[in-house]
Amino acid sequence: MSNSSTSDLLKPFKLKTKQQELLIRVSILCLVYILAFITRLFSVLRYESMIHEFDPYFNYRTTLYLTQHGFYDFWNWFDYESWYPLGRIVGGTLYPGLMVTAALIYRLLHFLRFAVHIREVCVLTAPFFASNTTLVAYFFGKEIWDSGAGLVAAILIAVCPGYISRSVAGSYDNEGVAIFALLFTFYLFVKAVNKGSLAWGLASAFGYFYMVSAWGGYVFIINLIPLYVLVLLITGRYSMRLYVAYNCMYILGMLLAMQIRFVGFQHVQSGEHMAAMGVFFLMQVFYFLDWVKHMLSDTKLFQEFLSITVTCAVAAGGIALGVGAASGYISPWTGRFYSLLDPTYAKDHIPIIASVSEHQPTAWSSFMFDFHILLFLFPAGLYFCFKRLSDATIFIVMYGLTSMYFAGVMVRLILVATPAVCLISAIAVSATVKNLTVLLRSKNKVAQIGSTKGTSSAKASSKASLDQSQPFQKNGAMALLFGAFYLLSRYATHCTWVTSEAYSSPSIVLAARGAHGNRVIFDDYREAYFWLRQNTPPDAKVMSWWDYGYQITAMGNRTVIVDNNTWNNTHIATVGRAMSSYEDEAYEIIRSLDVDYVLVVFGGVTGYSSDDINKFLWMVRIGGGVFPVIKEPDYLVNGEYRVDKGAAPKMLNCLMYKLSYYRFGEMMPEYGKPPGYDRARGVEIGNKDIKLEHLEEAFTTSNWIVRIYKVKPPNNRW
Amino acid sequence: MEAWIRARVTLALTLFALLFFVSRSSPPRQFVISNAERRIDLSSHIINVHLTLKVENTGTRPASEVVLTLTPTEVDHLAMVDALAIKGKRKKTTSVRLEVKPTELPDAPPIDAKYFTIYLADPLNSGESTTLEVLYVFMHFLEPFPAEIAQSESQLVFYHDTALILSPYHIKQQTTFIKTPSTKVESFIRVEPTNRVGTEIKYGPYEDCPPYSISPIHVHFENNSPFAVVEELVQEIEISHWGNIQVTEHYTLVHAGARHKGVFSRVDYQSRQFSNGASSFRYLLARLPARVHSVYYRDEIGNISSSHLRTNSLKSELEIEPRYPLFGGWKATFVIGYGLPLQDFLFESSDDKRYLNFTFGCPLIGMVVDKLTIKVVLPEGSTDPSPVVPFPVEHRLEAKYSSLDVIGRTVVVLEKKNFVPMHNSHFQVYYTFNPIFMLAEPLMLASAFFMFFVACVAYIHIDLSIRK
Repeated sequence: MSNSSTSDLLKPFKLKTKQQELLIRVSILCLVYILAFITRLFSVLRYESMIHEFDPYFNYRTTLYLTQHGFYDFWNWFDYESWYPLGRIVGGTLYPGLMVTAALIYRLLHFLRFAVHIREVCVLTAPFFASNTTLVAYFFGKEIWDSGAGLVAAILIAVCPGYISRSVAGSYDNEGVAIFALLFTFYLFVKAVNKGSLAWGLASAFGYFYMVSAWGGYVFIINLIPLYVLVLLITGRYSMRLYVAYNCMYILGMLLAMQIRFVGFQHVQSGEHMAAMGVFFLMQVFYFLDWVKHMLSDTKLFQEFLSITVTCAVAAGGIALGVGAASGYISPWTGRFYSLLDPTYAKDHIPIIASVSEHQPTAWSSFMFDFHILLFLFPAGLYFCFKRLSDATIFIVMYGLTSMYFAGVMVRLILVATPAVCLISAIAVSATVKNLTVLLRSKNKVAQIGSTKGTSSAKASSKASLDQSQPFQKNGAMALLFGAFYLLSRYATHCTWVTSEAYSSPSIVLAARGAHGNRVIFDDYREAYFWLRQNTPPDAKVMSWWDYGYQITAMGNRTVIVDNNTWNNTHIATVGRAMSSYEDEAYEIIRSLDVDYVLVVFGGVTGYSSDDINKFLWMVRIGGGVFPVIKEPDYLVNGEYRVDKGAAPKMLNCLMYKLSYYRFGEMMPEYGKPPGYDRARGVEIGNKDIKLEHLEEAFTTSNWIVRIYKVKPPNNRW
Repeated sequence: MEAWIRARVTLALTLFALLFFVSRSSPPRQFVISNAERRIDLSSHIINVHLTLKVENTGTRPASEVVLTLTPTEVDHLAMVDALAIKGKRKKTTSVRLEVKPTELPDAPPIDAKYFTIYLADPLNSGESTTLEVLYVFMHFLEPFPAEIAQSESQLVFYHDTALILSPYHIKQQTTFIKTPSTKVESFIRVEPTNRVGTEIKYGPYEDCPPYSISPIHVHFENNSPFAVVEELVQEIEISHWGNIQVTEHYTLVHAGARHKGVFSRVDYQSRQFSNGASSFRYLLARLPARVHSVYYRDEIGNISSSHLRTNSLKSELEIEPRYPLFGGWKATFVIGYGLPLQDFLFESSDDKRYLNFTFGCPLIGMVVDKLTIKVVLPEGSTDPSPVVPFPVEHRLEAKYSSLDVIGRTVVVLEKKNFVPMHNSHFQVYYTFNPIFMLAEPLMLASAFFMFFVACVAYIHIDLSIRK
C-alpha cells in the first residue's frame, strides 16, 4: 500500500532511459571534474599553498607585476633585476597566456567580491585547468568514438600521473594551461574537419591563439595539423570539410599568433613553421586541380595537366624555400628543434639543454611510472582505431604516434603524449567493455525471452544457435570484465600513490623522516632568500648558478646575473667559468660582473644530492664551451668525478669547491664518521683547510643547504 | 663615537646655560623635595626609572600641581610617564593613580627642558607633605658603543644621565641607584660619593641641591639582552557576528643593538652558542588570549615552520622563531594570525550598543613597538563606532572590502607611537549593529545559486535553433 503511494508520488520525477543516461553522464563528469581538482591538492595539504620549483616563481612574479601595474606596463616591462647588467625585456620574451589567465581569474573573483590573494589563484590555476581538460577529453572522446569512450578518457586523464606531474597545485607553469589549450585546439579542429563549418574552424583558430600565447609547444600543433592534412590528402580523404577547416584555422590562427610579441613573424619566417605554409599552398593546388577535374571531362588531358601543375607547384615551392633560406629571410631550425629530431644533438652541441634533467631521453621505467596500464592499452586502442578508420581516428592515431616518439626523446614531453595516450586507451577500454557487456546483456535477454514467450521467432533461434557455438562466452566475458575492472582499479591506486609520493613535493621545502619517524622539514632555501631580501642592500647583485635565478629574484627580491631563462649562453658560461676557476681568477670575473654576493647550494650536511657540487660538471662543460681555458679533464681523475683526497688539484681549489666546503672540515655531520664527511656523496672531503681571500661568509642556513658569500672590496694598493 | 661627543657637548652647554640662569633668577617655588630616590634599571633595552619623591609644600597657599622636568633627549625617547600618590603608613599603603600631562611653564627659565605636571588628587596644604612615585619608561635610550661588533664580541652600550635629578625644586636629599645587567661595566663617571657593589652603582646621597642642578654621568656596560624592536606593528581585528574574531598581526622586527659586522659563521654559531652571537636572538614568545584557534605564522614568501603553540584554559603561548637568528641591524618581517571565539570579547552595553573589549598591545613579550596601528574591522552595516582607549591615541576611520562585501566594512584605526609593554591595557570600541545584516551575505549566495539553476532549467527547455 505504502509502496504504491510512494511510487505514485514519484511518478512525475520518474525519468526516461535517455534522461537517466544524461543524468548519469553529467554526474560522472561532475565527479571527475572534482576528482581531477582534488587529487592535485596533496601538496597544499601536506605542505602549504605555495609556488613550486623554479620556473613557476618567475611566472608568479610576472603575474604579481601584471596585477599590480596593469597590462600595458606588463607588456612594456624591462626587468633590470635579472641578467645583470643586460636586463631582460620581459614583455617580449615570454608567453603571457598563463599570467593573463591567472590575472583574469583574479579580477573576476574580486569583481564577485571574493577577497582572495593572487598567490592562491596562481597555486590553483593548474588544477583548475586540469579539471577543464577532463571536460575537453570527454568531448574529444565523444567526437572520435562515442560518449562512453569520452567518459573513460575523462576519468583516465583526470588521474594520469604523466599529466599530474605538471599540474599539481602550486606548479604554476605554462604547461598547466597549455595542455588544456592543446587538447582544446585539437578537439575544435577535429570537430571542424568533421562538420566542415567555418564556425568550428574559427573556434579552433582561437584555441590555437590561446595555445600560442601560453606555451612554446604550439610548434607541435602547427606541425602536426599540416602532417595530418597531408596524410588525409595522400590517403585520398581530401574533402571540402578539410579544406574549410584547415584554411580557416591556419590563416586566422597565424594572424592571431602574430599578436604575441614573443612569436611575432615566426609563422612566415621560421623554418619550423614552413610545413604548415607548404601544406596550405598544396591545399590550394589540390582545390584548383579538383576544380579543373570538374571542368575537364577528358581524363587523359587531366592527367597531363596534373603532372605539369604538380611539377610546377613543387618546383615553385622548392625555389621559394631555397631563396628564403639562402637570403636569411627564413631562419633555419633552432637547436631545440634539432634536439627533438636527433636525441644526441643537444649533448654534442648545446650543453645547456642537455644539462637539464627533464631534457634527458626517457627511461622505460618513467613510461611505466607515468602511464601504468595505459602503456599496453595504447596499442589495443590503436587496433580499435584502425578497425574503424575515420578522419577523427586518423587524427588521434597520428597525435598518439608522434607524441609518443617525442616522449621517448625527452622526459618532459611525456606530458604532451599523455592526452593522446589517455584517449586511445579510453577507446580500447570503452570498446572492450562495451562489447563484453553487450554480449552479457544479449544472452540474458535471450534467456528471458525464451523463458517467457518460448521459442517463437526465427531471430531468437538464430541467437540461441550463436550461444551454442560459444558455450563459455558468458563466463569468459565475465572474467574479462573483472580483469578490466581489476586493472583499472590498480591504475587508480597507482596514480594516487604516484601523485602523493612523487609529484607533490614543492622542492623549495624539503621533507625527510627523522630518527624517530617524525617529519623533519628543511626550509633552507626560503631562509636564505628571505635573509637576502631583508638584510642586503636593495641593489645588491647575486651570482649563483642559473637554476636559482628565478627564485632569488622572486623570493629574495635581488638582482641576479643569470636565471632560468637561458637566453644568453655566454653570460651563463661566464658564471660557469667563475665557479670553476681559482679564487684569484674568479675574483676578476666577479668584479667585472659587479657581483656583491655569491650563492651556492650545498647538500653535504643533509645529504641533499641535487646541489651545486653535483651540478658542477655542467658548469665546467658550459663554461668550457665558450671559454676554452676551462677544460673538463682538469676536474676529473681518470674520467672519474671525485671530491675526496684523490680529486684533481684544480677541483680541490676551484671557487665552487671552496665555497661549498668552506669550514666544512670542522664539522661532524654524521656520528661515527670523520669531520668533513660529505653525506651527499658519502666521502670525506679532500681539502679541509680552505682559506678565502676575496670573499667572506655572509650567511649559511641552518642546515647548510644555501651558503651566501659576500665579495670583499679590492684591497688598497698602497 | 661622534654622536657621543656631540651629546656631551650639548649636555655641557645646557649645563652652562642652566648654571647661568640658576645663579641669576631662581623662581620662587611652593614645593621642596625633602627626599628623592631614583632607581634606574638598565637590564634590558627598555629603561625603567622609578622615582620616589617626598614633596613638601613650603608655600603659603594650598597647591596641587607638581612639576617634573626632563631634558629634550629624554622626552624624545620617553615612552611613558606614570605617577602614583602613596597614602598611608607602612604596610597599609594605598596608591592612587594621578594624572600627568605635558605642560609649558609660564615662568620657566629659558633653558632647554620639557615639563610634565602631576595633578594631585587633593591640594596639598601649606606645610603638608606627600609621597609620589613616578615611573618613566624610555626606549632607544642605550647607545651601542662600539656601534658595530663582530659575531664573537658581546655588546657594550652607553647610558647617559645626570647624577643629580633635574628638577625645578630644591631637593634636600637625593640618591640614585643604577642597576646594570651584569657585573661587566667598562667605565662609569664618579660623582662622589659613588659606590659600586655587584651589579649596582649608587650615586649619592647628595644634600641640598638647588633647582636645575645637574651633573652629567655615563655608564659604559655590557648588555646582551635582545634589543628586539618592532618598528611597525599593524594589528587587524576583524569581527564576524557569526562567532569569530580574526586577528592578523603584521610585524617588522629589527635588532636595534650594535650592528653586525663582517662574517656570519654557522660553524661558530652552532658549536659555540654562548660566546658567539651573545647579543643575537632566535626565539620570541607571544602571549595570546585563551581559546585561540587556527594560529598561523608566515611571511611574504610562505609559512615559517619553526613555531610551537602551547594552550591551556587561561592563556596560550606561541613560541616563534624567525627564519634566521637576528644579529644587530638584521631585519625580519612576518605575520601572525589567529582566531578567537566571539563571546570572549564582544559584549552588549546597556544602551543597546555592542562593544569589543580587547587588549591594546603587542602580544610579543618584552617588545618595544615604534609604531603600533590597531585596525578594528567592524561587521558590514555597523554604525556609530567610537573607541575608548585609556591613553591618548590618534584615531580615524577607513573602509575595507572583505569577501562578499558590497558597501564595505567600517574600520576604526588607532595609532600609537613609542609603545612599551607597560602600556598593555584594555580598550573598547562601541558600535551599533542590526543583526539583520548578518543574513545579507548568505541570502546573496543563495539567490546567486538559485538564479544559476533557473538559468540551467530555462536553457534546457528553450529551443534556440534557427532552423526547424
